[in-house]
Amino acid sequence: MTMNVTQCLLQSGDAPREISDYQVGVPRWCNGCGDNAILTAMQRLCRDNDLAPERTVFVSGIGCSSRLPHYMNTYGFHGLHGRSLPIAEGVKMSRPDLKVFVSTGDGDCLSIGAAHWIHALRYNMDLTVLLHDNRIYGLTKKQASPTSPIGTKSNTTPKGSYLAALNPLSVTLGVANVSFVAQVVDWIPELLYEVIAAGYRHKGLSFIRIIQRCPEFMPGLFDPWMQDPQRTLLLRHPNGVVPSAELSRTYRNQVDHDPRDIDAARRIASSEDPIPVGVLYWDPDVPCYEDTRHAGALRRPEDVRRGLEAELDKFTIRPEAHG
Amino acid sequence: MTMQVARDAGPAPAMTKTVTRLDEHIVEIISDSGEGAQRCGQAFAGIAARSGNGIWTVEIIPAEIQPPARSVAGASGNRIRLASKPVANGGDDVDLVVAFNEQVLIGRVLAGELRAGATILLEDMWRAHRDPSIAASYATTVDDLRARGFRVLEIPMETECRKLVPDPRRGKNMFVLGVLCSIYSFGLDVAREQVALTFGKKDPKVIATNVKLLEAGFEWAEAKCDFKYEIPTMAVAESQVVMTGNAALALGVLASGMEICAMYPITPATSASHYLSEIFERVGGIVHQAEDEIAACTFAIGASYAGKCAVTITSGPGFSLKQEAIGLAVMAEIPLVVVNVQRGGPSTGQPTKPEQGDLLAALFGTHGDAPKVVIATSGIEDCFYTMITARKIAETFNTVVIVLSDASLATAQQPFPRPVFSEEWLAPPVDQSAVAPGAKPYDWDATTGVFRRFIPGQPGGMHTVTGLAHDRDSHVAYDHESNEEGLRFRSLKIAALQRTLRCPAVHGEETGDLLVLGWGSTKGAIEEAVDRLRAEGRRVSSLHLRFIQPMPSGIGEIIKGFSRVMTVESNWSDPTDHPLIDADNRRYSALAMLLRSRYLVDVDCWTDVSGRPIKPASVAEALRRKLGEAPR
Repeated sequence: MTMNVTQCLLQSGDAPREISDYQVGVPRWCNGCGDNAILTAMQRLCRDNDLAPERTVFVSGIGCSSRLPHYMNTYGFHGLHGRSLPIAEGVKMSRPDLKVFVSTGDGDCLSIGAAHWIHALRYNMDLTVLLHDNRIYGLTKKQASPTSPIGTKSNTTPKGSYLAALNPLSVTLGVANVSFVAQVVDWIPELLYEVIAAGYRHKGLSFIRIIQRCPEFMPGLFDPWMQDPQRTLLLRHPNGVVPSAELSRTYRNQVDHDPRDIDAARRIASSEDPIPVGVLYWDPDVPCYEDTRHAGALRRPEDVRRGLEAELDKFTIRPEAHG
Repeated sequence: MTMQVARDAGPAPAMTKTVTRLDEHIVEIISDSGEGAQRCGQAFAGIAARSGNGIWTVEIIPAEIQPPARSVAGASGNRIRLASKPVANGGDDVDLVVAFNEQVLIGRVLAGELRAGATILLEDMWRAHRDPSIAASYATTVDDLRARGFRVLEIPMETECRKLVPDPRRGKNMFVLGVLCSIYSFGLDVAREQVALTFGKKDPKVIATNVKLLEAGFEWAEAKCDFKYEIPTMAVAESQVVMTGNAALALGVLASGMEICAMYPITPATSASHYLSEIFERVGGIVHQAEDEIAACTFAIGASYAGKCAVTITSGPGFSLKQEAIGLAVMAEIPLVVVNVQRGGPSTGQPTKPEQGDLLAALFGTHGDAPKVVIATSGIEDCFYTMITARKIAETFNTVVIVLSDASLATAQQPFPRPVFSEEWLAPPVDQSAVAPGAKPYDWDATTGVFRRFIPGQPGGMHTVTGLAHDRDSHVAYDHESNEEGLRFRSLKIAALQRTLRCPAVHGEETGDLLVLGWGSTKGAIEEAVDRLRAEGRRVSSLHLRFIQPMPSGIGEIIKGFSRVMTVESNWSDPTDHPLIDADNRRYSALAMLLRSRYLVDVDCWTDVSGRPIKPASVAEALRRKLGEAPR
């Protein structure tokens, strides 16, 4: 008699978790806000991977995006503006056994936290980083962000923003030790999930830029792309994401792109229109900083005592009186 | 050739020497940067300590890595105070100085560091230098120094060392060490051992060469110097260690059971992290050099949140950058130890010089009401044990503990009893047990404000910590009851800790004409000054504070026993003799300000921001002046 995996799990006494096991509170985001889609994808990801809620930590900074941990029934750390990455790195270094996700926004990650963004890529710790990029500051009520398109009228740029938008993908792809870069949009739920899932599977820092609607302050910004599927370019590859047949019926503009090819990734990254969606870059062989530093090594009082005594020996000036 | 040299050195001719017995002496060894005077000074201090003298060393550091050679501001080296009893500060004026060139010496003379008639041992190679201006400068300086009453001995360091090594620039320092060992009557065996320790990591050939240089210096002094000093040594039964304050801090981190230190390079804190980087991994610890000060602090907070308390080590400017993150740890009640090895400020200020300028920043530098614990280390030994205490308090009270040291403790060395390890120093294992149903992440105890935090991995404890105002469930809460409750309990924890503190002992009598209060590195100098005045029959006592927030009970009562009260600190206070300064606008030093507000007493202050470790003689003078004023 054979049993399938599900039956095995059921018999072992642990009922598989449901989406509701990861839900808590009522999201306070606006109607139509892309954060809702990201939250749903994350809860599904936890369910599908049966993540133990107590061994899962969602870390965030400050901004609309960073409310996400409050709606996950896991451990969460709603930190400081710009500092989600170093907090998450500390969590991971202290406890490499925990699954750590990071939610950060375009202001949080690319502006006030820009230094941490660059260096987090270099550390390449095993974190799944979601850049909720709605191209505007929402929580502080509409100021231009680093990814606001030039000419964006906002409360700090009433005549239109002055500077060209920063491209987070090309910057990311220029940093040493980058190991996973993807882009997706909030309005294609299936792809959103698949891309995040690919990032989750990657051991190392997965940087996922999620282009996200802000119906309150950037209404209609992405309408042209939503109305014309041809303006979305699906990156297709077994090393990345392979769109389903159903999805391919709508999104026919597809290209084979092996995410192991960083030069091709850099070319694709610079495209604003069509919006490339999928895994741009993947290198599974970049070492993780927590492994290099031997995080989580078992440590006993005896080790500390021995280490301390060995050092004290070096400073002891009257050894004859010792012991 | 070698034989000839050996014959030249010859057996030392018998010489009549005057041997002077001393209670103590202050020696300085100074050179251009990179000539090894610091290493020589450290080794000399080690030999003195091993032989049983009390010692205190002060590093003399130029501000630049490679200042121009032979420059007045470029002196690099060490001051060693050696005494027949334990000493806890660098003392007053220098009795004997060894200088590798006359320019670095001029710097010390102009700074008033030498006592009248001090002995100077000076490298004589410059007298015959091929550059006539250098030769002239040397000759003029020597004449001038002799005219000023200094005893100048010219030593052919270069010439003597060249007999043994091709490049005397590397090696002169060990020759000098030998000369000093002879002058101060230290045995060659102890000195050889010290040299072996100093070059322990290097090739045995390097050790052998340096021992030869040491012996050559010793023999030269035996033959050519007509004086010797003897400072009686102490018989100490217990095992002693000698190290710098920063080394003690690093070892304290290790001994406290903390496992993660996140830092960003900054003077003068960095040497603690250097040493910790060298030793921490061997016991499973990690030093993370973050991309900036903010990242270092938030990394430590993340590490603490998910496991054992972590530490971040910095100096003034870095401390300012961490303040927002410190506020987060206070608000979310995550244990954190922040070490601030203070330096001269504000801004980049005087990176290598000591100052106690960050006390108020430690207490009040964070926005909003952010109660935290502030402990000041007052000596080398204290640097070690304070880290253990800090970790324990941070975890017990889920609070931020700020440890204040400063540049003078960072590099000073002093012997203290070798610590005996106790498992109680270590943090308990991270709690991973299931949380009781219905328990809340912030179950503040109504009396103490203390609660047991839930750590990731604990089933049933899931919640999101936040820097936003929150209720007991850690839910964002903007209602005034929740906000006030949080403020009350975070403050209450400090009072709960305060109830466990003991008042420090008064140094001197419990009553008198003047009480001097101090904190941090000035302890040794203050107590020595108080002792000198008491020996003159003055009724002066001192009280040194280790816990500054919270302050232990009993200080107010002690103050009542004295007719005058003042602080002695190494930070700014307005002088009272300036025409613009009066009682309404005088800016008081940090501790004086705190004591005035808490005890409603007219606490005066005397402060020294010279950028040098505070000297007992200056303190004594300030106390005498204060005693001359009317009582309060």
